[in-house]
Parts: sequence; C-alpha cells; structure tokens
Amino acid sequence: MKFGVVTFPGSNCDYDAYAAVRHILKEEVEFLWHKSEDLKGCDVVVLPGGFSYGDYLRAGAIARFSPIMNRVIKFASAGGMVIGICNGFQVLTESGLLPGALIRNTHLRFSCKFVNLKVENNATPYTSACRRGEIIRIPIAHGEGNYYNFVGDIKALEDSGRVVFRYVNSRGEAAIEANPNGSINNIAGIINEEGNVLGMMPHPERAVEDILGSADGLKVFESIRAACASLLNTVGGK
Amino acid sequence: MNNDSKKAVVYVRLKDGVLDPQGITIQKALVQMGYKDFLSVRSGRFFELEIKADSADIDRKVDEICSKLLANPVIEKFEVEKK
Repeated sequence: MKFGVVTFPGSNCDYDAYAAVRHILKEEVEFLWHKSEDLKGCDVVVLPGGFSYGDYLRAGAIARFSPIMNRVIKFASAGGMVIGICNGFQVLTESGLLPGALIRNTHLRFSCKFVNLKVENNATPYTSACRRGEIIRIPIAHGEGNYYNFVGDIKALEDSGRVVFRYVNSRGEAAIEANPNGSINNIAGIINEEGNVLGMMPHPERAVEDILGSADGLKVFESIRAACASLLNTVGGK
Repeated sequence: MNNDSKKAVVYVRLKDGVLDPQGITIQKALVQMGYKDFLSVRSGRFFELEIKADSADIDRKVDEICSKLLANPVIEKFEVEKK
C-alpha cells in the first residue's frame, strides 16, 4: 500500500508524517505537491500539520482551493481514505469534507503539549488498532483547534459515533481542565458520515516511537494499514 | 486606483452566538485600561475590492467569492458595501 503526504507552502509536519510511515510503519510513501493534481496512485492521503499559505484569511482557507485539493476532494468523495492532522483538519473543514469549523483557542495561546485522548470509536479505519475507550497520549500544537459547530450538528456527530477522539484527563473524563482549546464537548477528532475522512487536531505522527515521548500515535497508522489491506483484499488487490 | 474601476467593501463578522475569543480578550483589556463603558467587543475583518468597471454580473460574483472564500459560512456572515 502507498501513503501520499501533501505538501502545501507552509506545511511543516509533512516530513514527520513521511518519516512515521516510511521509517516506523515501514510502508511506501510519497510527497504530493500542492500544485499537482496527481495522487500518484496512493491509497491514503495525509493532509499534514503546519501553516498552509501562512494561515492567511483563515487556517486552511486558501489551501482548500489548491490544485491537489481538487483531486483530494474527488478522491474522498469516491470513498478514498483521507486523514487531516491539525492544519490538515482545518483544510478538511474548510473544504466541506468534514462539518464544523476550527476557531481560535479560547485562551488565545498557541498550545503545544502532550494530551490524553480517549478513543470514542474504534470501529473506524483510523482507530481499529485501539481498544474502544482506550486513552492514548499524543501531542497537540495549535492556536486554532477549538472545534465549533451548531448544537444540532454536534448532536448528530455524537449520536452517530462520529466523534472519534476526545480530550480527557488521566481518568478518562472529558473534564474542562482536560480541554486544551475550548472545543465543544472536548472534541479532538471527527470522521465523516461515510467513514473514510478523518480530521484530528492532535499529531499522531509526532508520537510514533518511545524516544518521542509516546508511540501511541503509531496505532493510527497501523489502523490505516489494516484498513487498506482489507480494502485491497475485498476488491482483489491492485 | 484606476479610474475605470468600481469599489466594493466586504465586511465579515462572526455569526451571533459564535464565540469570539479575540473580542472577549480585547474587551477585558479595555476594562483593565479603565474603559469600563464597553460591555462587549466583537471582532471581524473587511476587504476592499477593486473591480473592473465593465464587469458583468458583479453582484453575483462578489456574493460568490464571499461565501466561497472571504467568509466561512459555518461561522461567519458577510455584508457587501458598494462604493
């Protein structure tokens, strides 16, 4: 299987994602340039963290109209797997592939630290390697990660198990003090209705081996690999 | 500015009810500075557009760029002022 990592001008976690896949997961991975419309036959697209187009206008707003995103939107609409991490999540909400918006952290500060995430739904292609309710430890690094949506839409997300990750304390409670940015219901990551597009503010690619402080993020990449393997088996492989 | 052009200004604001952490912080700063008359502050932004004078269908186009790019309809609303 092959991962594709998009590089926008201002992406700064593209190499981290690339390294996590290539050196730790040991799978094939290619960079996808923002001006290209070629997904190079990748099975999964990673929209990495960073500050695409300098976060001008709104985070992710300009990246959403880049040539590669035209292609990624078509790929996702056809069921292709797309994961947006941090700025990638912002690009996904801006492009309408995921509902809601990511606004300024309530405390207005850029927050860079390890957080506890509860895996609320492990029946997704991105979390199958986790137990349901498992608490994983991976870092966040953002100034605009405050997930916002309307009450009705939040309820729809919650009722359909589409809140995949939630900020929790060490006891697994979605407490106020465990919420690093003001997100409604401590939401850290969501998935689309079809289950192929995931957005999350925390950085799994920065927690893929113990020397980085945690290897919990690797589970996200292992889940993707398992999902791709079973997908390739069902459709007879490539 | 080109004489053969028109101007429009687009104001983008957060929808009512959407949290504005910047506005809240600015209001708190005002209080701290001694300006206790200001009960709340909502921040926003504006864009000045210079448009070809002979553009056709410009109202629709301005509306389109507002909802596609200048504002995020999930959290923001916009107003257009033609000059």
